[in-house]
Amino acid sequence: MKYTEEHEWLRVEGDLVVVGITGHAAEQLGDVVFVELPETGTQVAAGDEASVIESVKAASDILAPLDGEIVEVNERLTTSPGLVNDDPLGAWFFKMKIDDLSVLDGFMDEDAYNALIG
Amino acid sequence: MSDLKRLGLHDLHVELGGKLVPFAGYEMPVQYPMGVMKEHLHTRAEAGLFDVSHMGQVILKPKAGMAALIAGFEALMPVDVASLPEGRQRYGLFTNEAGGILDDLMFANRGDHLFVVVNAGCKEADIAHMTAKLGAVAEVIAITDRALLALQGPKAEAALEALVPGVAAMKFMDVAVLASPAHGEIWVSRSGYTGEDGFEISVAEAQAESFARALLASDGVAPIGLGARDSLRLEAGLCLYGHDIDTTTSPVEAGLTWAIQKVRRTGGAREGGFPGAARILAELAEAPARKRIGLRPEGRAPMREGVTLWDAAEGGTQVGLVTSGGFGPSVEAPVAMGYLSAGYDGPLFGEVRGRRHAVARAPMPFQPTTYKR
Repeated sequence: MKYTEEHEWLRVEGDLVVVGITGHAAEQLGDVVFVELPETGTQVAAGDEASVIESVKAASDILAPLDGEIVEVNERLTTSPGLVNDDPLGAWFFKMKIDDLSVLDGFMDEDAYNALIG
Repeated sequence: MSDLKRLGLHDLHVELGGKLVPFAGYEMPVQYPMGVMKEHLHTRAEAGLFDVSHMGQVILKPKAGMAALIAGFEALMPVDVASLPEGRQRYGLFTNEAGGILDDLMFANRGDHLFVVVNAGCKEADIAHMTAKLGAVAEVIAITDRALLALQGPKAEAALEALVPGVAAMKFMDVAVLASPAHGEIWVSRSGYTGEDGFEISVAEAQAESFARALLASDGVAPIGLGARDSLRLEAGLCLYGHDIDTTTSPVEAGLTWAIQKVRRTGGAREGGFPGAARILAELAEAPARKRIGLRPEGRAPMREGVTLWDAAEGGTQVGLVTSGGFGPSVEAPVAMGYLSAGYDGPLFGEVRGRRHAVARAPMPFQPTTYKR
């Protein structure tokens, strides 16, 4: 598992990268009440707004962590947004197809992420 | 946050795990470890304790009899003050010459004086306004040595009655000065801003912490932050000053005509005679240019303050603006309120992040109130 400074987790699944948000991020956001997912087939660049998450408090963007194509989205979050709080590591947002999985090496590992959120 | 004022119960909020944020010049708990959603639902199911000591508590003590004070106070608001019996509280609005709202407030007749509670963000201006306008007929005394707590929800009555005997007999909008054996003189009103039955309680600062701790030790009472206070009042259809009402919105536009009793309207015994009467009476007669309405987004995306309302899914004309909105935990859906241009009764679309979503008009409150009348 890898982590971004935007508090997303990245997990490799075959040749895809699965993206979600960390428990720390979910806790900071508070109770999630709405998730807007991207359309499959969308080409995104790292830093593009790829999803929107709304808690009782505010709306936040989920940014694409990498350049690539959105190939699958987790429709369960549309009907049960609370899964993001209940099981942040299980509540993936989307799966991306990227050219070169080795770019993941540039992201934080768990120890580095835990140091970041201290 | 060094330039922010601290509440008298600051240390208790920290001890309870409150997350403090700046609000109206104070460091205020926005939520506790329970979180906004559970705090909201807990208040509706059991009871919530809110620290609202940032609000302004003011005594208006007559210099030459209550009649002159009441007449002076009525001259600031389109509201019937004179008929309010001793021991009762009423909702009021200070208006400006343009018919806008300077603040909304609660005022109570306590026999030989009036007791007024105003919004935190407006309190200095309100006190200056009252001092300027009422200085000849009243002493305007800002109460700065008492905390103000709100206890709201179905278990509020039992919890408070155990500490302050006598409150159970009170009805919605009654006020009383009661003795608490352990916490001294308590000023109570049976009111609040959540849509639930409950009380607002003024207690001397020296006793406030032990009083709050005693309430928190009562069956079903949990500390609740500003986050849930906002979602509770939104579901109750109540306005938040500075968002849903301000100096540009008139009471008629805001749908607060219930607060303007007949006696102050055209044809009433004491018609007019308040700031902005020309506009407000004309709007009562002819309907205003825009009106505050309740909104239920048809999808799950919340429509928050600032969302524009349109007459078409694409293109078209803007016909309104959301002034408060979010997810309603009890309604289990997004709810909002905002202003809509008069005369438009067609379909509505709210623009969220560049996309238009259908939104329906809805009666308020969104959640039935449980006031004990």
